[in-house]
Amino acid sequence: MSRKNFSISRYLYTFFIVFLIWYAFTTSLQPAEIITGIILSLVVAYITVVNFDCCDPILIMPSHIIYFIQYFFVFLVALVKANFDVARRVINPKLPINPGIVSFETKLKNNFAKMVLANSITLTPGTLTIDVIGNKFYIHWIDVTTKNKDEIYKEIAEPFEKVLLKIYRSHN
Amino acid sequence: MDTFNNILEYIGLFFVLLGSIFLFLGALGIYRMPDLYNRLQAGTKASTLGAMSVVLGVGLMQPGWLIKLIVIILFIGISNPLSSHALARASYKSGIRPFFKKKVDDYEAEDTHGRASDEESIN
Repeated sequence: MSRKNFSISRYLYTFFIVFLIWYAFTTSLQPAEIITGIILSLVVAYITVVNFDCCDPILIMPSHIIYFIQYFFVFLVALVKANFDVARRVINPKLPINPGIVSFETKLKNNFAKMVLANSITLTPGTLTIDVIGNKFYIHWIDVTTKNKDEIYKEIAEPFEKVLLKIYRSHN
Repeated sequence: MDTFNNILEYIGLFFVLLGSIFLFLGALGIYRMPDLYNRLQAGTKASTLGAMSVVLGVGLMQPGWLIKLIVIILFIGISNPLSSHALARASYKSGIRPFFKKKVDDYEAEDTHGRASDEESIN
C-alpha cells in the first residue's frame, strides 16, 4: 500500500472523526476513557488515513443539511418499501422473480458519493449492487422489467442521484 | 413521568416486534430463493431494517443507551450493504453464475476485464 496520500492535515482530520466516533460510543468525560480514546484514535487514524475518503469538510456546510434530511427520508422510505417488497415476494407461493444483471452509468464523480449511491441501491426494492467500475454500476435486479438504459436509470438510481448531485454540484 | 416511560417502553416493544417480523421474513427469503444473489437480496434488506428496528426499540426502552445505539444503527446501515456487495462481487468473480429465467447479464462482458483491471490496480 502506498502512503502517498499521507499528510499531516489529513491525518489530524481522520483522527478527529475517529475520536468523535469513540466519544459517541463512550459518552463519558473520565480521563481514563478520553486518554484511551486518544491513543486508539491515533493508531487507527494512522492505519486508515491513506484510504480515508469520507466526510469532506465541505459536506458539513449548513447549506447542505437540508439535502441530508431530504436524502435521509428518501432513503428511509425506500428501505421500508424494500422490506415489504421482499415480504411480498417471499410469502407468495409462486415466488414472482425474474432476476438479471443490468448496468447504468452515473453522473457522480466523487468516490464517497458513489459509495453512498451503491449502498442505497442495495437497500432499495429488488436491487443489489454487484460492482462499480469507473462510472458504470452493475446491478442485480430481482425483477427485470426493461432493458432500456434510460428506464433502468430512472427506475433504480434517479431518486437518490438527484439529491446527491445537489450536494456535490459545487465540487464535482 | 412514569406514564411517559411506559409509553416509550410500549413503542420500543413495538419496534422490537416489527424488527423480529422483518428478520423472520428475511430468513424465509434465504430459505426460498433459488440462488445466492437473490438470497443476498432478501437477506440484506430484511436484516438491515430488522436489526435497526430491534436496536432502536431497545434504545427507546432504555433511553440512557440511545446515543450509542444510534451510532450502532449508523454502522449497520453502512456495513450491511457493503458486505453483501463484497459477497456478491466475489461470488461472481469466482464463477458462481446467477439463476435466470430470461438471461439478462450485462456484467458477464466485464468479468474478465474486471479481473485484468484489478491486477493492474494492485501493481
